[in-house]
Amino acid sequence: MVRLNLLLLALLTACALGLVTSQHKARKLFVEIEEEQERARGLEVEYGQLQLEASTWAKHTRVERIASQALRMRSPDAKHIQSVPRKAQAAGAAQ
Amino acid sequence: MNFATSPVLELKLPVWRSRLLALVIFCGFAVLAGRAVYLQGLHNDFLQAKGESRYGRIIEISANRGRITDRHGEVLAVSTPVKSIWAIPDEVRLEQPQLARLAALLEMPPQEIRKRIDETGRDFVFIKRQIPPQVADRVAELRIPGLFQNREYRRYYPGGEVMAHVLGFTGAEDAGQEGVELAFQHHLAGKPGSRRVIRDRLGQIVEDVEGIRAAQEGKDLSLALDAKIQSLAFSQLKAAVDQHRAKAGSIVVLDILSGEVLALASLPTYNPNNRARLSGAQLRNRAVTDTFEPGSTLKPFTIAVALESGRLTPQSTIQTAPGSLTIGTATIRDAHAGGLLTVEQIIQKSSNVGAAKIALSLPAESMWNLFQSVGFGAAPRLGFPGEANGRVRSYKSWRPIEQATMAYGHGISVSLLQLAHAYSVFARDGEMIPLSLMRGGAPRTPQVVISAETAHRVRHMLELAVQPGGTAPRAQIMGYRIAGKTGTAHKQENGSYAANKYVSSFVGFAPASSPRLVIAVMIDEPSNGQYYGGAVAAPVFARVMEGALRLTGVPPDAPMNPIELPAEGQEVKESI
Repeated sequence: MVRLNLLLLALLTACALGLVTSQHKARKLFVEIEEEQERARGLEVEYGQLQLEASTWAKHTRVERIASQALRMRSPDAKHIQSVPRKAQAAGAAQ
Repeated sequence: MNFATSPVLELKLPVWRSRLLALVIFCGFAVLAGRAVYLQGLHNDFLQAKGESRYGRIIEISANRGRITDRHGEVLAVSTPVKSIWAIPDEVRLEQPQLARLAALLEMPPQEIRKRIDETGRDFVFIKRQIPPQVADRVAELRIPGLFQNREYRRYYPGGEVMAHVLGFTGAEDAGQEGVELAFQHHLAGKPGSRRVIRDRLGQIVEDVEGIRAAQEGKDLSLALDAKIQSLAFSQLKAAVDQHRAKAGSIVVLDILSGEVLALASLPTYNPNNRARLSGAQLRNRAVTDTFEPGSTLKPFTIAVALESGRLTPQSTIQTAPGSLTIGTATIRDAHAGGLLTVEQIIQKSSNVGAAKIALSLPAESMWNLFQSVGFGAAPRLGFPGEANGRVRSYKSWRPIEQATMAYGHGISVSLLQLAHAYSVFARDGEMIPLSLMRGGAPRTPQVVISAETAHRVRHMLELAVQPGGTAPRAQIMGYRIAGKTGTAHKQENGSYAANKYVSSFVGFAPASSPRLVIAVMIDEPSNGQYYGGAVAAPVFARVMEGALRLTGVPPDAPMNPIELPAEGQEVKESI
């Protein structure tokens, strides 16, 4: 009887220690996932800022100003545009 | 000596003493048990709350407002976090060197900061709002006591004034106040949430107890708008408004195959990123909220009613000599007497007398019916705040003179968006398709309004109007067949027509062989000499249409012949 009790006590202690360790591990992992989620949010914010920056740089008025003033470009006249009909496109792709 | 024979046991003590002692001890235990029951059972909630407040925290989860993009995914509006610096004046300890550094970081004069902090009697004062997070981090590094930071969102509009009227803007608390921001507030707005967590002594979150309210991120919105066409339309409109010293102007570009709004711009405008000193005139989205008397741009609808009724064919002739028509006390005049004109020529030369005579031969009800079914008198229901209905009175109260003037667009008011939409009936072979601001979405069912044959005939007349001999040769584009109509109307002021204030407009579509885009241009009070729609609004139409057709990849449907313009002084003047 005493022996059985001792065995159960040992088992109980082991279980209790196991619980403590796994709880600790769970918390550590949770801290990690929290950090990663925070990083994801940060990246999302940064993505928004970069998108904002990109569309500010690519603003059409700015592109047009640089193209016409700095690069001396202009849009071609209609008579300098050769349009390729769809049929020829398909034939070109087949070659 | 063993225990049993100890002399102490021989002592005879009174029985009550042991009984009393047992009772006292029992009472002691009873008190302890009672206390235990009280703490564990009855007072449990309070203690648990106290305990949890030692480690548990409720944290707010902020939600971002959705982005707005154009049809190609280009970002038109985006929210990004910023910080606000605030202080509790009584707690601030700020020495001179730190003040100087803070002032440099915030780009504020040191005296200004000093003044705000020294404000007594307040326990909360903003030092500076909406600063970039990087700057805020460096401010935090100064570790100034009494100085705190708040996280806020700020909405940026990279398109600036070009998109201002379509997008609108958000006010405090990230709530939409104008335009799409207001119209789609529920779609865009996020719902902040909160959750209960356990923190350890380092402040790290170690366990999620429960989510009280899940945060809901705002959904992104993809508009039908094409940023390139919008930008082109805006710049051409601005150039025209400046050149003609006009008071205002608007432009609408519609894709009539899908009913999508590709561009929508109004002047004067504002910069949504910096909204200090805004006037009501700048805020008005004129293309949608303002109505005007369209003038001759309405003639094609009168002609369509006549053709539809079978009373006239495009070759029927109408006597417009001597160039004026008197009904009651009012007289309708043409710019130049045309004599005997065919129905086609009435559109081409924009004869008021001709249109009025045709209208008078028609039942008022049939005209009214067409006006209703092409959308005049009812808001287009795009979702914009303050969409104008326009004004079309019931045909039952029309007098003959009113029916005659309505034939050429007076005594009726429409918004530019309605006018552009109405022209899709000619561009779409007699069908009307509901308009949409959003890209894609459920397929919309078109509604047949007039027969395809009538639509084709009117379209042909509209083509004549932009050719040499018509009122708008300047609307032509090399390589494409254009159909369209000019409008020039006196402005109404205080109930009568102002002699020298005009609204010039042009509505047209291309390519005429298989229409794809409708563009409507309106210039309000051009005051630099020219005021005819063909001279003021048509060139804007041509330049925007040319670019828009190229950007949407519509193949040319006409040979690349140079555009023919009539010689100076030979232009056909439209009747006003």
